[in-house]
Amino acid sequence: MKQAKKAAALLRKKLENGVLAVEEFRGQSTIVLNRDVIVEACQILRDDSDLDFNILAALTAVDYWPEEPRFAVVYQLYSIANNTFIGLRVPLRGTSPEVSTVETVYPNANWREREVYDMFGISFTGHSDLRRILMPFNWEGHPLRKDYPLGEEEIQFSFNYDEIDRRKPYARE
Amino acid sequence: MAQTQMQITLDELKHLVSDRAIEGETMLLNMGPQHPSTHGVLRLLLELDGERVVNCIPDIGFLHTGIEKNMEAKSYEKALVMTDRIDYLNNLGNNLCFCLAIEKLVDLDVPPRAQTIRVILTELQRIASHLVFLGTHALDTGAMSVFLYCFREREIILDIFEMCSGARMMTSYFRPGGLWRDIPVGFEDAVSDFLSVFPERIDQYEALLSKNPIYLDRTKNIGTISAEDALRWGVTGPNLRASGVDFDLRKAHPYSGYELYEFDVPIGVNGDVYDRYFVRILEFRQSLRIIQQALDNLPEGPTRSNNRKFVPPPRSEIGTSMEALIHHFKLWTEGFPAPKGAVYMAIESSRGMLGCYLESDGSNKPHRVHFQTPSFNILQAMPLMAKGHLVADIVAIISSLDPLLGDVDR
Repeated sequence: MKQAKKAAALLRKKLENGVLAVEEFRGQSTIVLNRDVIVEACQILRDDSDLDFNILAALTAVDYWPEEPRFAVVYQLYSIANNTFIGLRVPLRGTSPEVSTVETVYPNANWREREVYDMFGISFTGHSDLRRILMPFNWEGHPLRKDYPLGEEEIQFSFNYDEIDRRKPYARE
Repeated sequence: MAQTQMQITLDELKHLVSDRAIEGETMLLNMGPQHPSTHGVLRLLLELDGERVVNCIPDIGFLHTGIEKNMEAKSYEKALVMTDRIDYLNNLGNNLCFCLAIEKLVDLDVPPRAQTIRVILTELQRIASHLVFLGTHALDTGAMSVFLYCFREREIILDIFEMCSGARMMTSYFRPGGLWRDIPVGFEDAVSDFLSVFPERIDQYEALLSKNPIYLDRTKNIGTISAEDALRWGVTGPNLRASGVDFDLRKAHPYSGYELYEFDVPIGVNGDVYDRYFVRILEFRQSLRIIQQALDNLPEGPTRSNNRKFVPPPRSEIGTSMEALIHHFKLWTEGFPAPKGAVYMAIESSRGMLGCYLESDGSNKPHRVHFQTPSFNILQAMPLMAKGHLVADIVAIISSLDPLLGDVDR
């Protein structure tokens, strides 16, 4: 909690308008950031010798469809030295959502960002290898979006592949 | 079949392999997804120079079952059942992680007896999971008999789970606010029996492997990862500790009353295959210590919270109390609404830091559930360890990392 306050104060000082809000819920802090400053913010939080957030514990996204801003990319950083978690959150608009990659700061963001791209269609600028990761490479739509239907699929065999393909309910963007 | 389905061009992978592969100097070899030593359905694209691995590109997603999407359509207690299927060797650990997240989200208390039983069972689960690791790892490095012994002991633990929950693997035994029901008669004896036989069995595994020259040749200085690299790539759990980092969430960020127990965190030195094996062997003994302490201090009392807004009443109350009947009906038809907000809870599963990001929009279903799984990061860091080794070592490295593809793909 103390560390989280310190982190928020530091980010406020260094990024000025980059920090949009600081949220508290059940003793956990989340700093809401402008999407332009996310890489810088991660860099500051990791390199500050006092805060030392050296692990990217989680990176995911949330879809608030049909509200705007539609998406939020959520980061959870962890500091082994201080045993603290901190959340970062970057709201993104629904039309062509884009945010810079934090791969340069935390290398393990690579696959996590690919997963978010795959599941939500949020693209990460500057990413070294932005391909689908969990779904097949030619999949249409992004499954974890709220407007993507949840339902079963007819099983396609080689004799009826094209026939089923024609009436298959793809989520076409 | 439509042509586009089967087409994968080399162009798309050009940036992942070296130029020598494009010229044909090195060989590209596909390993998996159906391969006994990939522990599930992991596909590796290997670039080989002779028998040396130049590049290793993991390809995942073959076991993706859309668990996160499915959970969004279920009430909290029903969604719990899906968590069993994520890391299917650490079911109770997943149950615990999701329950802790829900309890944090709705601010629900857990009685001490339930917490202690949770600790006993998750530690048993850790042993069971490490036993599968040990068995398959030994099998992959050429020792068949260890596999059979490990599965024999694992069966004892699965029998204990069956006693409690009625299921060997897909337990769903932990529920928000406590446990599904109290432990049955004979549970304590069964666990005590296991505690008395298991230390000797660990000695037997060690006698078969720890100083076996063939095993040492296959594992020493193979697949090394430095502490710094492991941290940068987000590797956690036994794999991180094998590299010499003293980090265990049970110590660092205690949950479920882990701060009450005395145990050590074993750490390795070199971060090679052998150390990853040895750290897990040592963890067996520490888990036994925790179980023994928990069993000695098992408090009496209820095993589920009394907060009727989130926890259904026991059957006995329904016959006599109108209110209990209403709560029962409400909770089993529509579940409970959670306040708007997001929480992140992490536990130390048998593979590392297992995190659950849970966001609620105020309704009775989670708006977003995300499981940050340890195996995902482990596989991502695998190419670092694989480079420069032989193809046969790849098998040893994968099994020593103990990734579980259900855990990776969700």
